Amino acid sequence: MTAPLLSVRDLRTHFMTRAGVAKAVDGVSFDLAAGEILGLVGESGSGKSVTGFSLLGLVDPPGRIVGGSIRFQGRELVGMPPAALRALRGRHLAMVFQDPQATLNPVLTIGAQMALAVQAHERASDRAALDRAAAVLARVGIPEAARRLSAYPHEFSGGMRQRVAIATALLHGPALIVADEPTTALDVSIQAQILAKMKALAAESGTALIWISHDLATVSSLADRVLVMYAGRIVESGPVGAVLRAPLHPYTRGLLDSLPAMATPGEKLRQIPGAAPSLLALPAGCAFAPRCPRADAACAAPPPEVAQGSRRAACHHPLEAAA
Amino acid sequence: MTGPDDILVAEALTRRFDPRLTIGDRIAGALGAPVERRPLRAVTDVSFAIRRGETLGLVGESGCGKSTLGRMVAGILPQTSGRVTLDGKPVMARGRKTTTRIQTVFQDPFASLNPRRRIGETIAEGPIAHGIVTRAGAPAFIAEWLARVGLDPAVAQRFPHQFSGGQRQRVAIARALAMRPDLLVCDEPVASLDVSIQAQILNLFLELRQALGLTCLFISHDLSVVRHVADRVAIMYLGRIVEVGPAARIHAAPRHPYARALLDSVPKLRLDATSVTFRPIAGELPSPLAPPAGCAFHPRCPRASDLCRRERPDLVAGEDGAALACHHPEPAA
Repeated sequence: MTAPLLSVRDLRTHFMTRAGVAKAVDGVSFDLAAGEILGLVGESGSGKSVTGFSLLGLVDPPGRIVGGSIRFQGRELVGMPPAALRALRGRHLAMVFQDPQATLNPVLTIGAQMALAVQAHERASDRAALDRAAAVLARVGIPEAARRLSAYPHEFSGGMRQRVAIATALLHGPALIVADEPTTALDVSIQAQILAKMKALAAESGTALIWISHDLATVSSLADRVLVMYAGRIVESGPVGAVLRAPLHPYTRGLLDSLPAMATPGEKLRQIPGAAPSLLALPAGCAFAPRCPRADAACAAPPPEVAQGSRRAACHHPLEAAA
Repeated sequence: MTGPDDILVAEALTRRFDPRLTIGDRIAGALGAPVERRPLRAVTDVSFAIRRGETLGLVGESGCGKSTLGRMVAGILPQTSGRVTLDGKPVMARGRKTTTRIQTVFQDPFASLNPRRRIGETIAEGPIAHGIVTRAGAPAFIAEWLARVGLDPAVAQRFPHQFSGGQRQRVAIARALAMRPDLLVCDEPVASLDVSIQAQILNLFLELRQALGLTCLFISHDLSVVRHVADRVAIMYLGRIVEVGPAARIHAAPRHPYARALLDSVPKLRLDATSVTFRPIAGELPSPLAPPAGCAFHPRCPRASDLCRRERPDLVAGEDGAALACHHPEPAA
């Protein structure tokens, strides 16, 4: 077997706040193959976005990667000099953020900022850079792309701006795109268009994709494999269908049961009691134990890894997987 | 389409927002330059009724006018024309709300709760002002409401920032219900909450609705949430209601092509590898500043004909509180 495109081992990203050390990401490990679409799911504060930011070296103080390793195309990213990381970022490794309004420069035309992104990594004439930008905009489904190059971001709708952000990420044909809640701010009809486009683009260009989202349904419609995060750790991973059909971890089960789409209308939802723990004071053992219906004395110790084929869960009392 | 059971009736409600001209625009206008002063029609000619004890879900994408409609129903925003009545009495008169029987829960409880006031005071303020409880009885009243929404009565002295998002929404619900409303308008009450917290708040809502016999207008962009709580669902597009019907029927067999497309575009949980989980709608939402002629959905509609481009279909009432505005609806199931 060839080496994976991306290999993350025991990644730990902590935030040194005045109130103490917030362990936003605390021991995350996973592999990603070339061309694979990986869904990274969790609620607020689970560490899913910080994991994504860590991969691109975009964690700002007081946050810091305090341990672990990120190997991308055989090169170690943790501790890499900023200049080397910059040469990689945008070219081989790109990110799409939740809010395209904040990503795009409001005082530059779409064409100008995309041309800058081309020229950041390649020697290209302005004309050639703009042609490249127009071609990529057309690929993400922006009509009359060449004419729209002279438009400013505010002249675009939210969905169109997100297409521009995706087009910018695609400019150099990166091996990996990390997308952090890219459709959360969009309406459902526009979200569906972007999802369909993303899926097609990833398939035709062979780009691997890490899709970070709180929405299980969105992830399930797109990803091959899913990682479920809770309080800075991965609690369950595996092929999307298998995980959603028969989760091993009680937290994944609880998330699914919380969805109105899975319940009889008007009936009470099977809610998870309580709230996520503070990242400043995580329980010593399993972080989900205080909310877990299966928890007992054993859960005060760190949970063991349970393996079933390609599936993994970190739990003392995993649920039975259906055959 | 009104009946004897109707508690709330909205008739031909319209809300227009006229652009506010800047001083520059005025000078330019005075000098004869063309100044754009197209009004934005947020809600146009909307009529509906809510029966006593019913929850009506109101669904649509951003900019469709659902929040503007909710604010007019709640008596917070004056309408440009048309009227809203609660048991036959207008909800607003001379630009002011006339009743305390309608209360509202908003999406962002951090914005709707006074950050400098202890939540106990926030909950009791309205009821004291309207004589529902005396000042002396307030502490017990506050404790009772906090307990009803699942909070420890001891937190009455805290400020909003000391609560999580889900807890703040519980406070907002207590504040609204302490006024003993007959109608509760919920505008995206769970949109900013995490899935596990959303389930807790929806359960609380279902529980209190039953215990208090509430009538609700429940506004959300999330079709699965609305399907879960609503008896009937109204779907809005560009300022108008395009279809109304029983929640289960709308969900299973919508007749308006927009309703169909909206439902199809929501990703479903994919439990096996091959199933298709969503189907996108073509095109973008048109601007409410320049709505298309005829049926506003025609540029994106697979069933559109010349008739749709020319003539806007009226909302025609059907049986069982249903209504539909379409020249070429999908066949009834």
